[in-house]
Amino acid sequence: MKKLESSLANMVIVLTVISVVAGGILAYVNQITAGPIEKIKAETLNNALRSVLNADEMPQVSSTNSIDEFTTVYVTNMGVAVQAATDGFGGKLKVLVGFTEDGAISGYSVLEHAETPGLGAKAGEWFQKGAKGDIIGKKPAEKALAVSKDGGEVDAITASTITSRAFLQAVNQAYQAYSGTSMDAASSATPKASAQAGCCQEGKCKEGQCQEGKCKEGQCKEGTCRNGACKEGACQQASCKNACQQAEAPITCGSSEACGRAKTTENN
Amino acid sequence: MNNLKVLLNGIVKENPTFVLLLGMCPTLGTTSSAINGMSMGLATMAVLICSNFVISCIKKLVPDMVRIPSYIVVIASLVTILQMVMQAYVPDLYATLGLFIPLIVVNCIILGRAEAFAAKNGPIPSIFDGIGIGLGFTIALTLLGGVRELLGTGKLFNVTLYSEDYGMLLFVLAPGAFIALGYLIAIVNKLRKA
Repeated sequence: MKKLESSLANMVIVLTVISVVAGGILAYVNQITAGPIEKIKAETLNNALRSVLNADEMPQVSSTNSIDEFTTVYVTNMGVAVQAATDGFGGKLKVLVGFTEDGAISGYSVLEHAETPGLGAKAGEWFQKGAKGDIIGKKPAEKALAVSKDGGEVDAITASTITSRAFLQAVNQAYQAYSGTSMDAASSATPKASAQAGCCQEGKCKEGQCQEGKCKEGQCKEGTCRNGACKEGACQQASCKNACQQAEAPITCGSSEACGRAKTTENN
Repeated sequence: MNNLKVLLNGIVKENPTFVLLLGMCPTLGTTSSAINGMSMGLATMAVLICSNFVISCIKKLVPDMVRIPSYIVVIASLVTILQMVMQAYVPDLYATLGLFIPLIVVNCIILGRAEAFAAKNGPIPSIFDGIGIGLGFTIALTLLGGVRELLGTGKLFNVTLYSEDYGMLLFVLAPGAFIALGYLIAIVNKLRKA
């Protein structure tokens, strides 16, 4: 058989036929695989729910409540689990966190991440029970979770502070959704904005600071607004000064103590 | 050219990674461990065999001027089918490779073999060419993934050989891919000339 000539009619016909056949085959395969894919997605979610809730049997989801694009609360017969997401080092960091009735973390699972393999990618194990950064059993209500560098009690993953912060922020956000109470009542930010202004939301900021907008994401990440961070002297000087001035304590920040005292004054 | 020769040609003489230097994006991107490299190689091989066969069958029906779009449609369809099948039946593997599966479409090995081999030979030799090149790619990726995993984390196929603390993390990250690939190509070249 001779090869078809490249005439316009031939080209149009051939391309059309190939596309239609390809489309037909794809539609058929899609029809076959759609069911199993859905099933696997549901199974994955159920397995994750079971592991974060420490349930002995498969939890039955009784209601789901999507708070925003990335935050979903799953109410099951075994307890409540919340899916939350933040920006990690390499992309979206999606976690599922289970809570016990008294608000303690019963378990977590990293559903999706794009962290550096060998470093941030360890988040899946690092914060589990018995591991170095164990967060299981902690109660975000008492003290929002933060890495020790920011004055918190959780050991960050070695050489992956940004991932660790993002992870803990996601856990804190999950708790916000779980408790259903926005600690950010003073600020009328939209859900998305308040999610970004993490420390405002976590109640780490003084109200004044929040309204002044000093708890922006960037500052927060650098530890500006966190009590502990200030004490550690991890604040950037400029932001620190602002905090001090606001507290009417004209102390030059920069030394850890000045910051701590400024905080105290402000508290009084 | 008999089929065995075609097969060996893809593995040794025209090894896509070490000799032709084709498909560098998935090569560098997916080989953070031996198992990842191997899975990517096998996934590519599956697509390559099918695409070579289909293109060889329809080569007479496709006018020259529209052959590239036609081939791309065929390859893209095959990749999408593979993606859906993997998602449905091997979800764990899909979770690891998910991002790179659609990239098989633009893997120049596949289009390259379609142009260089399948469009000029019959369906049976084309299948063997697909197997050969696919195996060559799989071996290369497994080797590269193994070297990176071993040097970076002290493991090989997830079996710990020495403590992770002594691993050079660099090799798991992007620069390590370039370094390891460079040395592997050098070694292969040396062996080929010897």
